[in-house]
Amino acid sequence: MNSRTLFSRLALASGLSLASLALTTSPASAHRFWLVPSATTLSGTDQTISFDGAISNDLFNPDHVAMPLEILTIVKPDGSKGEMLNAAKARHRSTFDVAIDQEGTWWVGVTRQGYFGSFKLNGEEWRVGGRGRPRPGDKRVDGIDAIPEGASDIDLVENLSTNGTFVTSGIPDTDAFTPTGKGLELQPLTHPDDLVANEPGRFRFLIDGKPAAGVKVTAVPGSKQYRASEMVTTVETGADGIATIAWPTPGMYWIDAKAEDTNPAEPRATKRRMGYTFTAEVVAP
Amino acid sequence: MPRLATTTGATALVAGAASALAVPANAETIRVTIPRIKVAEYHAPYVAAWLEPEAGGAARTIFVWYDIKKKGAEPGTKWLTDLRTWWRKGGRRLKLPADGVSGATRTPASYDIPLPANLPKGAYVLKVEAARETGGREIVSLPITVPGAKGSATGKTELGAVTIR
Repeated sequence: MNSRTLFSRLALASGLSLASLALTTSPASAHRFWLVPSATTLSGTDQTISFDGAISNDLFNPDHVAMPLEILTIVKPDGSKGEMLNAAKARHRSTFDVAIDQEGTWWVGVTRQGYFGSFKLNGEEWRVGGRGRPRPGDKRVDGIDAIPEGASDIDLVENLSTNGTFVTSGIPDTDAFTPTGKGLELQPLTHPDDLVANEPGRFRFLIDGKPAAGVKVTAVPGSKQYRASEMVTTVETGADGIATIAWPTPGMYWIDAKAEDTNPAEPRATKRRMGYTFTAEVVAP
Repeated sequence: MPRLATTTGATALVAGAASALAVPANAETIRVTIPRIKVAEYHAPYVAAWLEPEAGGAARTIFVWYDIKKKGAEPGTKWLTDLRTWWRKGGRRLKLPADGVSGATRTPASYDIPLPANLPKGAYVLKVEAARETGGREIVSLPITVPGAKGSATGKTELGAVTIR
């Protein structure tokens, strides 16, 4: 088990309120969860990178709320866990440093799993999941384990999401992309820390470790406030699971892949929604 | 550290410019001009030159000029990634400082650098990239054939003439 899987399991076990964050945004919400490093490409192991994280509408303009820091994990190239330094959560964004003391590709982000839906109890409708912990009197439970005996009409959707970014010291490597075989994952044909505006980005998406067709991938460059259009690129993976993105401009991109199927881990659930999001820098040639 | 380049311009810095004698008579020489730029805050650019075989394959760095002396929390190597194309094409695979490749930054002048004597014959693209602190970045490309490489190209901002003969 790699540390990322370990982290998500720890997070689940520790009862972090996983349902409380709009990581997997509902269709009605344009809020985007993002993490941006101060540099993606480093020439040594003696440098410290600062990260900004927020949930906002525009990329990468912190205009809504700060990212919660306690859900983040830092994975070093050798798979061990890195340390968050100088962390602070401000009104609109969070910030922290990471001392990049190992060569290779680092991943910083969050992997989450949870269930949303409803059931009926004594003729009344109850919700599963949602924002925050249920208060006394709420007809709501915060997880599937809290669905009481005697519940009927159970309607559940599993949500699995990964969101993060990559920083490379020296030569980009792919250990950070070793699939766990669970949910939607990225297998880069072009490394996220090796993207250039005049070469298309090629990314293979896997579901449960296998190439996934029909995954919708959206790429949006930051700094919309300085141009007229969102400049969004939307593509879909082919049978080989590969999405090819022609970059409209150099810049820092938010790349978001979405898929759903009917293979949730929980037998009472009917559907599984999956997201894989990363920020990546596309340099000018 | 062997001296890689010698000044030929009017602003010759080094009295020992006679080390040009070290260039074998039959080897091609690249002449790179770092232009004088009139700005309030001028820093000598980081410059790298490399050869990309036309047929594909690994790039070969000919030289990289950077702040080789600066150590500490922000060593001169930190900014090597500003030569971002060179960094991708081969810089990140080099262990620096590299003998015969690394050198200190140069002030505006023309410099002669010999092509490696053991270069396999064939078609290449010579690339020279310059990146200046608080300034711009530019790449000049020059297709050449070895042996007998000849040609010239000129940058517009951060590099002047790049000539090989």
